[in-house]
Amino acid sequence: MISKPLVKVGMADMQVMRGSGILKTLGLGSCVGLTMYDPWVKVAGMAHIMLPSSDISRETTVKAAKYADLAVPEMLAQLVKLGADPTRIEAKLAGGAQMFALNTKNDMMRIGPRNVEATREMLKKLSIPLVAEDTGGNYGRTIELDTETGILLVKSVNRGTKEL
Amino acid sequence: MNPFDQLADLQLDVLKEVGNIGAGNATTALSKLLNKPVDMRVPKVRIIPFSELTESLGGEEQVVIAVFLRVVGDAPGNLFFILSLKSARKLLSNLFDTDQENEEFNEMELSALTEIGNILAGSYLSSLADFTSLKLSPTVPSLAIDMAGAIMSYGVLQFGEMGDYALLIDTTFVHHDGVNVEGHFFLIPDPPSFQRIFSALGVPFT
Repeated sequence: MISKPLVKVGMADMQVMRGSGILKTLGLGSCVGLTMYDPWVKVAGMAHIMLPSSDISRETTVKAAKYADLAVPEMLAQLVKLGADPTRIEAKLAGGAQMFALNTKNDMMRIGPRNVEATREMLKKLSIPLVAEDTGGNYGRTIELDTETGILLVKSVNRGTKEL
Repeated sequence: MNPFDQLADLQLDVLKEVGNIGAGNATTALSKLLNKPVDMRVPKVRIIPFSELTESLGGEEQVVIAVFLRVVGDAPGNLFFILSLKSARKLLSNLFDTDQENEEFNEMELSALTEIGNILAGSYLSSLADFTSLKLSPTVPSLAIDMAGAIMSYGVLQFGEMGDYALLIDTTFVHHDGVNVEGHFFLIPDPPSFQRIFSALGVPFT
């Protein structure tokens, strides 16, 4: 068997590809893994989103993949550039956990659910259907998108592997 | 861009000393708890890109036990006490004088590990508070057994707003007893806390 090319997506990073391959990101905690896929032309993208909104950014050069509000439109644009049709693109989400149960007023600590909400909202705004998600909980996830089939594998330490 | 470029050797040394004092006291506390000698390695102040966050723990997917405490007060931040499953098992068998080998932990053992984390974090922070005259206190500890990437990324969220680097004060302790028990203390001050730590210690910082 010829192994498919594997592309790793780091934290606050985004990768897109066309054709057969695997997009993978490891150890999502409160971060959200977003994938978008056009099954017709097999164009796919994955982002490891860290924060809900770029409003709070104090960076000089803002990295789109890091923020939910920027990552969604950026990925859409990149997929279209690779030949995807926006009307065929479907999105999936995983991650956004609350890793530690803490009784604190600090909003930063419930970042997981906020990342999920912000990403969903942005998808809705751009009319990209969210076809599946495995979000929330208090555990980490590793995700793998097969760009041949569009199947998203979600692996966790104690809950085995799910197919989305 | 690396927002910590402007930190000079002097400031890095001061942060190293912060780790030295904090983890030194925590190590002593652990040694008393176990009634056995525990050694501490020289703390490392690491300014690392997010992609290397879990390198000292064995990679993003390495399963570890983490006790997390939020530091509140004058210089807020995140404090982790992280062990491999093997080290946690060894620590527990030293403590309870049992001979368990498996890497499943029961309720009582998890609660003991949380309490160990709590005691160590408490001594880390109180010595740090004494040294800096800053008010620092830990929140109730919370324990997770999960992938190192999922755990560590949670501790550096605040750094995401300013770049792709985080500053960790990483101290390793080692207890040798047939097998190595190795653990890490990570103190990750929130970015605005650096200014406060430096000014409390009379170190110039712009």
